[in-house]
Amino acid sequence: MTQKELQLLALKIREGVLKSTHAAKSGHPGGSLSAADYFAYLYGEEIHVDPKNPKWEDRDRFVLSKGHCAPGLYATLANVGFFPVEDLLTLRKIGSYLQGHPNMNLTPGVDMSTGSLGQGISTACGMAKGAKYLGKPISVYTLLGDGELAEGQVWEATMFAAHYKLDNLCIAVDINGLQIDGATKDVMNTAPVDKKFEAFGCAVIEVDGHNFDEIAKGFKFFHDNKGKGKPTVILLKTTKGKGVSFMENQAGWHGKAPNDEQLAQGLAELAAARKIVEEA
Amino acid sequence: MEKIATRDSYGKALAELGKRAANVVVLDADLAGATKTGIFKKEFPDRFFDCGIQECNLIGVAAGLSTMGLVPFASTFAMFAAGRAFEQVRNTIGYPHLNVKICATHGGISVGEDGASHQCCEDFGLMRTIPGMTVLSPSDDVEARKMIAAAYEFVGPVYIRFGRAATPVYHDENFKFEIGKGELLRDGSDIAIIATGIMVPEALAAADALAEEKISARVINMATLKPIDEKIILDAAKDCKKIVTVEEHSIIGGLGEAVCAVLAENCPTPVKRIGVNDEFGHSGPAAALMKDFGLCSENIIAKVKEFLG
Repeated sequence: MTQKELQLLALKIREGVLKSTHAAKSGHPGGSLSAADYFAYLYGEEIHVDPKNPKWEDRDRFVLSKGHCAPGLYATLANVGFFPVEDLLTLRKIGSYLQGHPNMNLTPGVDMSTGSLGQGISTACGMAKGAKYLGKPISVYTLLGDGELAEGQVWEATMFAAHYKLDNLCIAVDINGLQIDGATKDVMNTAPVDKKFEAFGCAVIEVDGHNFDEIAKGFKFFHDNKGKGKPTVILLKTTKGKGVSFMENQAGWHGKAPNDEQLAQGLAELAAARKIVEEA
Repeated sequence: MEKIATRDSYGKALAELGKRAANVVVLDADLAGATKTGIFKKEFPDRFFDCGIQECNLIGVAAGLSTMGLVPFASTFAMFAAGRAFEQVRNTIGYPHLNVKICATHGGISVGEDGASHQCCEDFGLMRTIPGMTVLSPSDDVEARKMIAAAYEFVGPVYIRFGRAATPVYHDENFKFEIGKGELLRDGSDIAIIATGIMVPEALAAADALAEEKISARVINMATLKPIDEKIILDAAKDCKKIVTVEEHSIIGGLGEAVCAVLAENCPTPVKRIGVNDEFGHSGPAAALMKDFGLCSENIIAKVKEFLG
């Protein structure tokens, strides 16, 4: 995808996050928006999947370890063709295949059911280990939140990934600095994140999570590291609520849906941004 | 009667299965010597993944491996598989209904000297509450080995509990195991004793002794705790009028309560539950401990006589 196409996809993802959480009257827009550019690049450019054949055996895998950001993942999957974009409005409703947190048996394109923090990364380790055992050139991607790093299981899994030299595993961390109760540094300081992952035996790179050249650099670093026996960690420096002015850097928007007025304002901001991209 | 610990049966059966099933992989958490997965490890080192002392991650890794088309057998002690990693089992294996076999050893009081911290008497209850989880408990070596083969053929999550101590082998090799089917071991009409796991040989011994006192006891081996065989329970209720359940597990959440639920809703029948009462275990040699907790034929005999009045 071109820069322009990636930017437009990211805006569509943000639009889907606002519309779906508004329709559900609940959900997690803050972390979905901070990860929107990562999602756009991952599905627009990086990952080998086939929206027409979601269960293709030799596809790459993605595990959303921070499962509450399902609205971001769903908006991405819909916009790259896994299911109709209109269905995003069924989010969290009775009978919908778009559950509050990802369900691998209901939603096309979802590779693992997640939602309980710290557990997705372990399943990604299992997939990466399985791919290696089977001799398949499959890459496994997983996205964690920075608040999630407080879970001890994250470090069990990281230790496992390094021990088994899972250089086909790409662990991204969305470092937006905020969690439910406030700033991550105040609730439970997870810094220094880079040094922790390095000490656990990973190859670590830090990039601007809202700049596609930088995100591309992160994935190039992952591919360059393949064959070197270390799992890759991409630390994405992001802004929670990115792209919607009143949600940016507000912990309160972690798990709250926009009302009618807020939706209108948010969509107007995204439309203005879209116009700028289209005319550039 | 020959005695073999069902964990040994597990280790042997797993290595056998490995020979014919290339998609079987085995995980352990630094207990391969005790869980007996070490036998598989020796034969198939490339298919054995030690997770070190991290049971929660082990469950997640097993879930991930299963999505790649492999059939993981994940082992550690019952305390850690069902207890420590309960939520991981619930959310990453149970909820997505993945094809993982959780094979937990060292269940119950017969763990012995290690004491209460390692004597898991809650695993049946914990695992039974997870939707779609099949819960199995073999009563001897033959059943344990046949159960491994059946669990491999079955597609879906399975929890199996094995014992640490050597216990009598009473089945012969012709025995056929089927998930979900209780086994009528001995007919009787005064009382039915429904037992699971290593309590089954104790129940058989009790029935022999009761027969000498002209008490006719039916004995049922309930190796599948979930889904439980309702028919064999209801038949027992109709023919025997009173039922005793025996398990090396808390009387809360295990076989006793499962049987009571079937009876209460279909055929109310007086039941006496024999198991570990609402208390923790303690250290001691396994055989002495089992007697101490009333998990022995002598106590079954006494409780049956008291119950029949």
